[in-house]
Formats: sequence, structure tokens, C-alpha cells
Amino acid sequence: MTVLDAAPAITVPVLSAETAADLKVTQARVVRSEWLKMRTLRSSWLILILAVGSMAGVGIVIAWSTANDWTHMRPRQQARFDPLGDPLSGFNLAQLAISVLGVLLIAGEYSGGMIRASLAAVPKRLPVLWAKLAVFLTITVVTMLPTSLVTFFVCQRLLSSRHIQTTWTAPNVARSVIGVGLYLTVVAALAIGLGAIVRNVAGAIAAVVGVLLVLPVVASALPQTWGDRINKWLPSNAGQALMSVRSDNTSLSPWRGFFVFAAYAIASLIAAAVLLRHRDA
Amino acid sequence: MHPDDHADSVSVLRWLVPGRNRVREVVGRVVGSSVQGYGAATREGFTLIVASGLTKKYGDKVAVDDLTFEVRPGIVTGFLGPNGAGKSTTMRMIIGLDAPTRGQVAVNGRPYAGHAAPLHEVGALLEAKAVHNGRSARNHLLALAATTGLSSRRVDELLDLVGLTDVASKRVGGFSLGMGQRLGIAAALIGDPATLILDEPVNGLDPEGILWIRHLLRALAREGRTVFVSSHLMSEMALTADHLIVIGRGRLIADVSVDEFTKQAQSDLVQVRSPDAERLRDLLVGPTVHVTVLSPGRLEVIGLTSDQIGDIATDHSIRIHELVPHQASLEEAFMKLTRDAVEYQTPETIAS
Repeated sequence: MTVLDAAPAITVPVLSAETAADLKVTQARVVRSEWLKMRTLRSSWLILILAVGSMAGVGIVIAWSTANDWTHMRPRQQARFDPLGDPLSGFNLAQLAISVLGVLLIAGEYSGGMIRASLAAVPKRLPVLWAKLAVFLTITVVTMLPTSLVTFFVCQRLLSSRHIQTTWTAPNVARSVIGVGLYLTVVAALAIGLGAIVRNVAGAIAAVVGVLLVLPVVASALPQTWGDRINKWLPSNAGQALMSVRSDNTSLSPWRGFFVFAAYAIASLIAAAVLLRHRDA
Repeated sequence: MHPDDHADSVSVLRWLVPGRNRVREVVGRVVGSSVQGYGAATREGFTLIVASGLTKKYGDKVAVDDLTFEVRPGIVTGFLGPNGAGKSTTMRMIIGLDAPTRGQVAVNGRPYAGHAAPLHEVGALLEAKAVHNGRSARNHLLALAATTGLSSRRVDELLDLVGLTDVASKRVGGFSLGMGQRLGIAAALIGDPATLILDEPVNGLDPEGILWIRHLLRALAREGRTVFVSSHLMSEMALTADHLIVIGRGRLIADVSVDEFTKQAQSDLVQVRSPDAERLRDLLVGPTVHVTVLSPGRLEVIGLTSDQIGDIATDHSIRIHELVPHQASLEEAFMKLTRDAVEYQTPETIAS
């Protein structure tokens, strides 16, 4: 004890009364915290660049090579070319990147233990989920919607050298191009929801990929009479109805499909919220 | 009976009997105060941790079993128990990471999650890491500070306090165990909390770091804060804590001041060597005195001081060749105490 008392005293910096009176946890403050968390991880930026790059890159390569090869292509190939859908097909890769990033934002906190600090700081818990959702949906819309638009216009420009382009004002084109950005935003929500439910990065990525990509493949093995009835209700098939120009009875109408997809994402978020409230962290 | 068995049963008795009474006393006191105190636990702005009947089960396994205790402000309270005793689970329940199966725990009169500014109420350093390896130390603290509206100035103050200013922009993944602990302590202090809960804070620290933690804990308590710190090392707690809450197998074993514990640990146990050992034993034995024959000619006496034994021997002209007062180390005392906790599980052995 004498040794201790003789030692130099440590002074713990104390907050001023004014600051101490204003330390309430608010949703806005939690959003600020989550935005800071997201932007201070290198992986966030790498994956986001990957999402933007694959969306734009795939489209531009397809448009450029099609325009170059057009005169050598067989009539059947030419007929199959979709000047709207093909340049936008990079969304397939982009949705994987968005899924991974969404899962990392929440399940990544569980793998390292960060979630304990997050939930100790915000013990009511749900503000953390909503903040992550708000930040990530905003980021996705703000990056992927412009990427979709830019990809579209650059590709049409490339295709115009062969006069095989479509135009923004053509029927359903604007809805499809904007639809890509909206579809990816719902993918982002689904990834946050499933990431919060599964709480394990690898497992949650498997779950998102399973729902978006594997489920349609499995369902396509069904007999056609069933398949036509079931397939269009699967999450990714429903969501992609928003991007298609042609619609037939094997897919839902564009906005109906989109809202069905959004409903799946909302259901996953409700389940995530309930589990987050009740499970031990 | 083999003499060693006898020695063992005496020591069990010695520790078990006072221990049991003490637990009952303590439970009575704390339950009593917590019933009225639950809503009004604030004492002049200082805060209490009040646990009552706190229980946590994982499936069939009981991690924390009906814990009732109170942690008071202005002192360092040590939370002591062997590994796996339920210390971390209890601490996790205090800050709401785990929900109790039964019972409740309140900080400053309410459950932790009920506070509008939780980081100003409780700062916690948990045993398991609570950081993201890819983030820098400063950004980690900034993210926590942001939830409660604190600025980067506060973060820099704390980085300075824990000595991490030079590595503030380095990624946490590359930190040593000790640096990680320092970062955890900075995180715990960020909201200038009235209560600190630190789970094994000296783990992984070098001697200088351990000394620093001791000073820090005492400084925090001196400022009137409630400081609740767990350890499995009695010797560490003897240097740091003022009060001890000891648990074993999830149950409360003792709720005592360190002084009392130390006194008890060092109470009289005297080894005597005498050619007339058997006669001496008969003279010494009494209702409060236990005598063990260690080997022919050697006795271990509990309940009398060496002075008293020497006087009795002289009065009866018994030759004494050796009279050695023995002090159990704190660690020994702690081990005995927690070993006995195991025996609480089987009441038959106590009854016999």
C-alpha cells in the first residue's frame, strides 16, 4: 500500500458538466458511428470498388466487343443480342460484392468481437441494426444507381457505332436502368438481414448466395407446370422483373416483382431485429 | 483415520464453517438492502451495482447460480474466482450482453439498457476482444465516442492516458495483448463512466502495465467511482482491491473486505514438535482448538497462538523442540476457499 501511495497519481480526464449532460445515445449518433465504422475499414472500399467495377466493366466489355464483332456475328447471335439487358448484366457480379459487403458489416462484427463493444455502447441494440441498414442502403443507392446509369449511357454510345443501341426514352428502358440500382439496394438490405440472423461471415454469405443464385437453379429443375408457378416468386427472380423489358406470364409484373423482393428483405430484417433483441451477444 | 485425511478435514472445517455462515450473513444483508435499494441505489450521485438472485443457465449447465451482491462506489471491489467460476458471464449480464435466466442486476438503480447515456454510466473492458482488427485504434474509439456524441478531442485525451498515441493510427490487428488491453481500457473510460467493470484487466500486461492498472483502478475509485474488477489471482487482488466478492461454480462464496480475508488467511496455525506430543495434544484440544497429529512428535494446532501453546507446555513441564507459527499465503487461502465451493454442491458432505 505504501508503494502505491507513493506512486505518481494518475488523473483520468473528466468530461465537463456541459458535455456530460449531452451524452444521450440517439439514432442519428449511432448512424454517424456506423458510417465511421464502415468507412474506416479498407475492405469496405475494396468491395465497393469491386461492385462498381464489375457492374461497369462487364457492361462496357460486352458493349465494346459486340460493337467490334457485330459484322462477323451470325444473324441468330445478332437477334439474341439485347442492347439494354446485356450491357447491364454486370449486376450479377455486383450483387455478389454487395452481398459480401452487407454481410461483413454486421456478421464481421461478430467474428472479431466488435459487436460486444457496439452493443455495450448501444444496449438497446436495435438502433445499431437500423443504423447499419441506413448507412449501407444509402451507400448502395448512391454508388450503384449512378454506376447503372453511367454504364447504360457509355454502352449505348459504344453500340451506336453499329446503330444497334437503344435509347433512354424507349419503352421500359429508364425503369430497367434505374431498376438495377434499386434491385441492388434490396440485395443490400437482404444481406444485412441475413448477416444479422446468421452472425457468421461464411455462413451468411452462403445464405445470401443460396437465396439469390442457387434457389432459382434448384427451382428450374422442377417440372415446368410447377416451375412456372413457383419460379417467379423466388426472391431474385421477382426482383429482376424490374429490370426486364419484356414481360410474360413466367415473371411477375416489374413493380409487383420488386415489392415481392423487397418484402423478402423486410421479412429478413424483422427476423434479424427480433433475434438481435433476444439473443445473447 | 490417516493423519493426512484428518488434516484435510480439519482445514475443510475451518474454511467451510465460517465461510458458510458468512455467506448466509452476506446474502441476508444484501438481499435486504437490494429489495428497498433497487429503485434508489444512487447515493449522492455515486452508483451501485446491485445483483439479486442473478442466474444464468446454458442448457443444463448453470454458469451463474443465484448470485446476490452489491458493489459499492469509492472502492475497488475485486471479483474473484477460479477460471470458469462465472465471473465473465456475470459481468456480461451487468452490461446486458447476456440476459439472465432468472434474477436481475441493476446499475445506478436500473438495468444497464435503461440508461439514456450508457457509456456515461458504465465503462466495460471484457475479457474477450471487442474490436475489429482492420480498424485503427483511434477510429475504434471514434466510433464508440460517436454513439454518445463525444468528439475526437476526448478520444485523443484517452489515447494519451493509456499511452497509445504513437500507435493510434495503426491497425488493431497488429497490437500485442498488452496494447489491446490498454485500448480496451481507453474504450471503457471514454464516456467518463460512474462505474467501471473490468474483466481480468492485467491479462497480458507486463509488470509496468500491471502497476499502471493498479494505480489507475485506485485513482478511479478515489474519484468516487464504482470499480468492479475480476481476477483469478488473489495476490493481485490483495494489492488492488478493498473489498472482495468471491465466487466458485457460479455461487457466492464470500463477500468480505480484503483486510478481513487477509486476517483470516493468516490466522493462527502453529506447528509444534515435542517428544511429549500426545500429552500436549490432550491438553490443547478444546471446543475452539483443532489439533492434528502430523507425524509422531509433530502437531499442527489451529485456534491457539504460539505464545499460548508455549505457556501451556511450560505450565505442564512439557518439553518443546519447535514452535513455528505458520502463515498461509493469500493464494493458499483463496485456493482452499474456492476448493470448498465445490463441496457446496453436495450438502451431504457438509452435514457429516
